[in-house]
Amino acid sequence: MSDGERVSAPRMTAGPGQGIGARMPRKEDDRFLRGRGQYVADIRLAGLQDVAFVRSPLAHARIKAVHVPERYRQLVFTASDLAAVKPIRAVSGLPGFKISEQPVLATGKVRHVGELVAICVAPTRAEAEDIAASVILDLEPLPAVHDMRKARDAGTALVHEHWADNVFLETLFEVDIAPALDAPIKVTREISTARQCMSPLEGRGVVATFDHRLDQLTLYTGAQMPHIVRNGLSDCLGIEQGRIRIVSPDIGGGFGHKGILLPEEVCLCWLAMQKHFTVRWIEDRREHLSASANCREHHYDITVYAERDGRLRGIDCEATVDSGAYSSYPFSACLEAAQVASILPGPYRMPAYRCRTFSVATNKCPILPYRGVARTGVCFALEIMLDAVAAEAGLEPAEVRLRNLVQPDEMPFDNITNKHFDSGDYPEAMRRAVAAIDVASVRRRQLKQEADGRLIGTGLSVYCEQAAHGTSVYAGWGIPMVPGHEQASARMTPDGGLEIRVGVHSHGQGMETTLAQVAHEILGIDTAKVRVIHGDTALTPYSTGTWGSRSMVMAGGAVGTACEKIAERAKHIGAKLLQLDPASVSLRDGRVCGPTSSIDLSEIAHTWYRRPQDLPPDVDPAGLESTSGYKPQRDSGTFSYAVHAVTVAIDPDLGSVELLDYVIVEDGGVLVNPMIVDGQIYGGLAQGIGTALYEEMPFDSAGQPLATTLADYLLPGPTEVPEPRLDHMETPSPYTMFGVKGIGEGGAIAPPAAIANAVNDALRPLGVELLHSPISPRRIVEAVLAAREAERPAA
Amino acid sequence: MKAAPFAYERPSDLNAAVALIAEADGAAKIIAGGQSLGPMLNLRLVQPELIIDIAGLAELKQAGRSGDELLIGACITHGDIEDGRIPDVTRSAMRCVAGAIAYRAVRNRGTIGGSLSHADPAADWVSALPALGAKVRLRSINGVRDLAVEHFIRGALETALQPGEIVEAVRVPVMRPSARWGYVKACRKPGEFAHAIAAVMIDPERGAACAVIGAIEAAPIVLRDAASLFGGSVTGNFRRQFDARVAEALLVEAGLANAADRHIHVAVLRRAIDEAA
Repeated sequence: MSDGERVSAPRMTAGPGQGIGARMPRKEDDRFLRGRGQYVADIRLAGLQDVAFVRSPLAHARIKAVHVPERYRQLVFTASDLAAVKPIRAVSGLPGFKISEQPVLATGKVRHVGELVAICVAPTRAEAEDIAASVILDLEPLPAVHDMRKARDAGTALVHEHWADNVFLETLFEVDIAPALDAPIKVTREISTARQCMSPLEGRGVVATFDHRLDQLTLYTGAQMPHIVRNGLSDCLGIEQGRIRIVSPDIGGGFGHKGILLPEEVCLCWLAMQKHFTVRWIEDRREHLSASANCREHHYDITVYAERDGRLRGIDCEATVDSGAYSSYPFSACLEAAQVASILPGPYRMPAYRCRTFSVATNKCPILPYRGVARTGVCFALEIMLDAVAAEAGLEPAEVRLRNLVQPDEMPFDNITNKHFDSGDYPEAMRRAVAAIDVASVRRRQLKQEADGRLIGTGLSVYCEQAAHGTSVYAGWGIPMVPGHEQASARMTPDGGLEIRVGVHSHGQGMETTLAQVAHEILGIDTAKVRVIHGDTALTPYSTGTWGSRSMVMAGGAVGTACEKIAERAKHIGAKLLQLDPASVSLRDGRVCGPTSSIDLSEIAHTWYRRPQDLPPDVDPAGLESTSGYKPQRDSGTFSYAVHAVTVAIDPDLGSVELLDYVIVEDGGVLVNPMIVDGQIYGGLAQGIGTALYEEMPFDSAGQPLATTLADYLLPGPTEVPEPRLDHMETPSPYTMFGVKGIGEGGAIAPPAAIANAVNDALRPLGVELLHSPISPRRIVEAVLAAREAERPAA
Repeated sequence: MKAAPFAYERPSDLNAAVALIAEADGAAKIIAGGQSLGPMLNLRLVQPELIIDIAGLAELKQAGRSGDELLIGACITHGDIEDGRIPDVTRSAMRCVAGAIAYRAVRNRGTIGGSLSHADPAADWVSALPALGAKVRLRSINGVRDLAVEHFIRGALETALQPGEIVEAVRVPVMRPSARWGYVKACRKPGEFAHAIAAVMIDPERGAACAVIGAIEAAPIVLRDAASLFGGSVTGNFRRQFDARVAEALLVEAGLANAADRHIHVAVLRRAIDEAA
């Protein structure tokens, strides 16, 4: 019996338990389902005023003047007022990276539509918008760099005039591609993904106030990474960190957007510190869509070389990412593109590989890391290419993958870019997915005409998700944020409760529950008595926060380590109270147990805090409180993976796509709470369907965003997201506490590729192949008409 | 996204409303359900000095049969029609159209008169009502006038309303028993603005057909006599006689440059005709 079977079998059915593997409802559901969550916009402070910003209406222009009406002089602030504030700088240490400075209010030039130009303060948002409307910008338009493919052409306008070109960073990764070039199969495609907008239910929001008693700025902000926000604010405002407190309350969806230091945050902090306003700014949907939260815009020129039997000989790729105007803090403008080169080969074996990447500056708002970050585009490109290889080789797509995927006996596996795959059985996931979606029956159905004239297709994709990668990986990127040991504090209360303090933030991940489950696993304490405190720099240990699917591995490990320390000390005290040798007791179900007697943790806590006279003389003075740090045995990351398989029906006349069936076979290591994992997958799938079929932020040649309301920016709703059939495999990570892996992003990575492959499978008889997301009705019909046109004999 | 300041009046009856509208001399906007005007105000796309709220006017919330037509007050909501709270003279055609407008939350508030006044080309009533042969009744302090819906809708967000005028009611003729109805729209998801609409009412017994091609970013194409779509005459065999090339030519003439868009419009029209058959 393998380890995987040993841990997964009992835990998949865990019901009444509370430890690792328990499928228990979330503790936080009570407040969320009753509408009692507290978000930034719910915060009311005495004297609170609203802020609206004057934003650039143009993508690229020189600022000649900003005219503020005399009557609003005390309520409007421009770059000259904020002269002492430093710009936001997110520098990568990768060689050749060009530095952009993002002024919190535009100086000299505006570089994207929606860039902040002035701050307006009023008792209400509507009045603040009235003031903003009265401010007149005198702008001299410059040519807008709106197309990343043309941005590198000679003679193109420069987004940053002190640069020689519009490239933040160019990278090259090569393992001698030459031997691949004579392969019998060579397929070349141009593939792209649209610019998107993350669109969480809640946008960004900021409340800032200054406490003169504490000499401290308090910033309430929906932040995935509160401690990192404090670093960035301290740098920009030039004040010591102790004078800044960041509170991040409930968050209505992060997805990466809430991991970024915003110029708006710096502006409101400046108002609170320098002008003594208590102020708030709540991002509205138009600001969200047009001026922030953009993501995903990738372009690939890619060639795959293979043997006739489908075995890969090599991949040659040039990838371009539209990074927008500025390098965002802390992830930088190059994380997305430069990652493409290292993650493109994924779990596939190949002897040759070359990938050149460009992070291109344009006059669009900065591209931000969105759930899955570069992986969604990479998966889309690579998995479409593998289907093209399959078509060329005359093989089932699954068969091509089975011939190239890493085998379980090769684990751990270092792929061609030296990514270290910790564990897993990818071929087994593929076989299960093929069986579940029943490819054979789809093939039979395709032989017959559908009664409604639609075309049926099936497609699949494989993704992997490197998660919780740590110091060694991020030190290599050289960005302003490198994770080290993750810390957690655990403290028993005098009545036997447990308080856990973590620097990560829970906003949909259910960590108030899962970290309590970890504590239960170690201490046996009822999860109802465990409180998880997060989202406050004054109360929690330093952490880089919640990003990169890291929190369960890192904070879970830290909580486990801290609880282990408390367990040892509690056993020592308990043994004394039971008059037993400490070596003869154990901790079970929240009690220290000897051969015939036992004592509850709450009694031990009572003794430590309130009856110290009963403690043994050699008691550990650190008591029932521990702040402990944790890192996995290797910090190269855990690798979760899944196979997504989907069957679609396409109406070739209307270009509509219906998802008939969706299967996900997923291996996220040991699952702490499988119900929460299911929820993560459902949410990610919805976002992946959005990428595949709906979401697109188009720009015109003047750099104007064209989807500035949700009437134009389409998001999938309940009627567009089928209920997937999920199958969990649980191969433990050999490197982490409990064998857990990060799983937060995966659901959003694979759907665009699987759906594109299914659409192409359906339309292959018409000679149609779609290579650009989203696969909109117009793109389908255009491709169908073009294929018909091509088939027509020349006149 | 907050509206610019405006004055707000809530008149107590239709005469008072019409007087206010006349007095405002074009500087006022009328609000009923607010499902389109609300977002436009918040986006500051419109900044009227005065908003006249007619949602409470009982005169505009009535519907009743008068001879061989149904008079529907302008403030009847899509939900009222969907739920059958007004008489059905179109053999459920209007109920079906109403039930597929946007989302239920929109249908609870959005009104038939408001939808026509707003004249969004992608709105359902803008295309469906001309095919039903409906008219609008406009009122001002000078009295009333009636216009066929296709003459009322002048273009995208453009109507024949004069300053001082308000849509009072929609007049929908009773559908003949021999008439066949078809209504199809293409949306990327339920509740979304349509990117193609077709409405047809075909009466082979009388050899008559009306067809509307809508959601074309302009006023819909209304063929009051649609015989040309069927080779010149409307017979019981109209489904087979449908000539897609005629529809295609109409769309080219209407300025639809993208062939894929035209293809989708023609496919939707064909399906509406299939539905009628």
